[in-house]
Amino acid sequence: MADNQRIDEPTGTQTVGHEWDGIEELDTPMPRWWLWTLYATIIWGIVYVILYPAWPLVNSATEGVLGWSSRGDLQQELAARDKELEPIRQALVSTDIRKLNGSPELMQAAIEGGRSAFKVHCVQCHGTGADGIRPGSGYPNLNDDEWLWGGDLEAIEYTLVHGIRNPDHSETRFSQMPAFGRDGILSGAEISDLVSYVRVISGEEKQSASATRGAALYQNNCAVCHGADGTGDRTQGAPNLTDAISLYGLDRASLTNTITNSRYGVMPRWGHRLDPATIRMLAAYVHSLGGGETLPALEEVSEATQQEAADETAVGEGGEDVQS
Amino acid sequence: MDNLVFRAGGWLALAALAFMAMALAADGGFAVHMGIITIACLIVLWVTVSKADYGAIARGIIKSPADPGIYDDEPIRWGVIATLFWGMAGFAVGLYIALQLAFPVLNLGLEYTTFGRLRPLHTSAVIFAFGGNALIATSFYIVQRTCRARLAFPGLARFVFWGYQLFIVLAATGYLLGVTQSKEYAEPEWYVDLWLTIVWVSYAVVFIGTIVKRSEPHIYVANWFFLSFILTVAMLHLVNGLAMPVSLLGAKSYSAFAGVQDALTQWWYGHNAVGFFLTAGFLGMMYYFVPKQAERPVYSYRLSIIHFWSLIFLYIWAGPHHLHYTALPDWAQTLGMVFSVILWMPSWGGMINGLMTLNGAWEKIRTDPIIRMMVIALAFYGMSTFEGPMMSIKAVNSLSHYTDWTIGHVHSGALGWNGMITFAALYYLVPRLWGRQRLYSLRMVNWHFWLATFGIVLYAASMWVAGIMQGLMWREYGADGYLVYSFSEVVSAMLPMYLIRALGGLMYLAGAAIMVYNVWMTVAGKLREEKAMTETPHNEAADKPIVAQPAE
Repeated sequence: MADNQRIDEPTGTQTVGHEWDGIEELDTPMPRWWLWTLYATIIWGIVYVILYPAWPLVNSATEGVLGWSSRGDLQQELAARDKELEPIRQALVSTDIRKLNGSPELMQAAIEGGRSAFKVHCVQCHGTGADGIRPGSGYPNLNDDEWLWGGDLEAIEYTLVHGIRNPDHSETRFSQMPAFGRDGILSGAEISDLVSYVRVISGEEKQSASATRGAALYQNNCAVCHGADGTGDRTQGAPNLTDAISLYGLDRASLTNTITNSRYGVMPRWGHRLDPATIRMLAAYVHSLGGGETLPALEEVSEATQQEAADETAVGEGGEDVQS
Repeated sequence: MDNLVFRAGGWLALAALAFMAMALAADGGFAVHMGIITIACLIVLWVTVSKADYGAIARGIIKSPADPGIYDDEPIRWGVIATLFWGMAGFAVGLYIALQLAFPVLNLGLEYTTFGRLRPLHTSAVIFAFGGNALIATSFYIVQRTCRARLAFPGLARFVFWGYQLFIVLAATGYLLGVTQSKEYAEPEWYVDLWLTIVWVSYAVVFIGTIVKRSEPHIYVANWFFLSFILTVAMLHLVNGLAMPVSLLGAKSYSAFAGVQDALTQWWYGHNAVGFFLTAGFLGMMYYFVPKQAERPVYSYRLSIIHFWSLIFLYIWAGPHHLHYTALPDWAQTLGMVFSVILWMPSWGGMINGLMTLNGAWEKIRTDPIIRMMVIALAFYGMSTFEGPMMSIKAVNSLSHYTDWTIGHVHSGALGWNGMITFAALYYLVPRLWGRQRLYSLRMVNWHFWLATFGIVLYAASMWVAGIMQGLMWREYGADGYLVYSFSEVVSAMLPMYLIRALGGLMYLAGAAIMVYNVWMTVAGKLREEKAMTETPHNEAADKPIVAQPAE
């Protein structure tokens, strides 16, 4: 082949002497930077496989002189995180939830933890903005002050722990509205009148003859749960019908469907899935969204909490114990 | 006549067998596939028994020039057309699923048109149908020229072409029907895998047979790459496809491997599908068409030897980097990462050899849009073979894995390297295969070049932003040490990037559509009246000798 070797004019390099379909090859040496970078990566590779787990043996593999393992690394990170959070979690679980409001720092820590947990466990139904995704979706908006089962910390926590209408759980929040149409309790015309009435008291429609007929039907069939004035009853999760907020929609079609077939909204219970501290965090977060209520029957507890908080502040500032 | 009866009887028996399998099928997908095979057998039967010369009719349709008896180019002409056809189909489906990600309503609420079924249709159409046909066609073209020999086993070469098209049709319809063994880039079920094995072994026989009967003393570097591609893909396909069918009359099968072993086998396959199909095979293409189009010798023979052997030795180990931070043992992750990083320079050897071949012909980048495509292909090849080793480093991978950065990486390689080098090769081939003076239009090639280049830039840049944003949002902790974003908030944040990506895909598809028109007109024998790509300045007044004035 050597006879076919020639000097390539533009580059001044000798050709190897082979030729295929007019293609020749130059005898250029490999670029030095290329070769040295290749050697460098090989040396780096040798060092790396000495430092880290690399070579399979019969029953195990070389562990590397650093003793690093990805699982060990994860364990360390998780342990460090647990250690960091443990005091807050302990304090949360050991504090009476009714007194949580009295400790703004702990409350704030709980809200932040709940915000994160909410994004993992709750957004699927309630939406990233906790607004129930859209009105009428059947998932409640948690930003407003309308509550079906109660909006104070204790009530929210109870709902979280026990869920709503969990068939396998005796402590779950439970109620069932009759399917007035499907079960033949009311006729189609009667349901239509009832729809008119509900739309009148919720401010969706003007007074009409149909609504007047509906009012009588309401008193006989609905008032026992929703109250004579239609403001609902939290002990059985009966919604307030006199405002513009509604789980399933206040248009005629949605209301007709609700009264005809009833609804049976379910929320899972989290008591057996999440630890008590995370549930308390979720309760604090949901409570903080805008509609959180203080416990009306326990005003004195709230005062006592404030007093305690004041005492603690005084201790912290002056170091002088003020006895009450 | 006896021979004809025998052959016709054979095809009829096969058709009857496939029809019976269709009737007795355990599931709908298998039944549809057996129906397709029945129809294929009947078409072959019809072609066999009827006196008409269908080959001649088909050659008339694609305006094949008369075979001068030098090289066997008929299967290559068909391959060029198939490459363009499947390319358009694959790019269009890609654009559609990109839009599905931005507008989920485009899933249409039908199981057949969901993202989950269209996505493997897109990946297989572009990799195996577009890329595979391009590789088979160019390898048949190159091996003949560089061996100075006609294709060995011409009948088998035609079987490879048509058999491969049947494989594509079975795979594509299978995806839509939900027939899948759930292995990425190896979705077709056991019977389609078996068919592909027959076709692929035939391909190897034709290719190696041609090399064996060569009249050149040495084997050209392009053929080393094609050979490594054909043999390794056969090995990968056989091992990763090992499976036990539930029924011989049903589509479903179960992999021979379980758990993390199955995952490792799959990514050993998946990564080397990239390494040997999309890298080694296309390097074979590059090693022929770049020196031919540039009319320059290959830059360095020594570099081609060292980078070839180091590339194929190292690539086969790199698969575990797809399984960082999973159940895969640490030692396997380490090896996958280390071999991927060492792979960086061997990959770049191909880029250097390709680009530096232009030494002495750099001015052609200005005037020749085909050279321009080759250069951008090599540039994207270099970029993605740097990005790949970088992303295989665990610390980087912990950010990039499962994000759209991976999608951006794949597409800068696929659109930039594989797409562009294929387009350049096709533009080189078409006038030569059809005996035309030149392409219909060189300016359209230039349009294709710029549309595709801007398309890739939009695609890759938007996916980098999307992927890094995604990775950072997933791991962002707030001041109190809790995760800040929910998964769905990260998804919402991607919308603008998804729209930019779809625009990039549209531009890439538009460029390819211009190519189809250009090739169509070239095949039809038309020449476009157009201004040349460059006009070298010419000064008429200065174009004369200086004549000494006689002294007065």
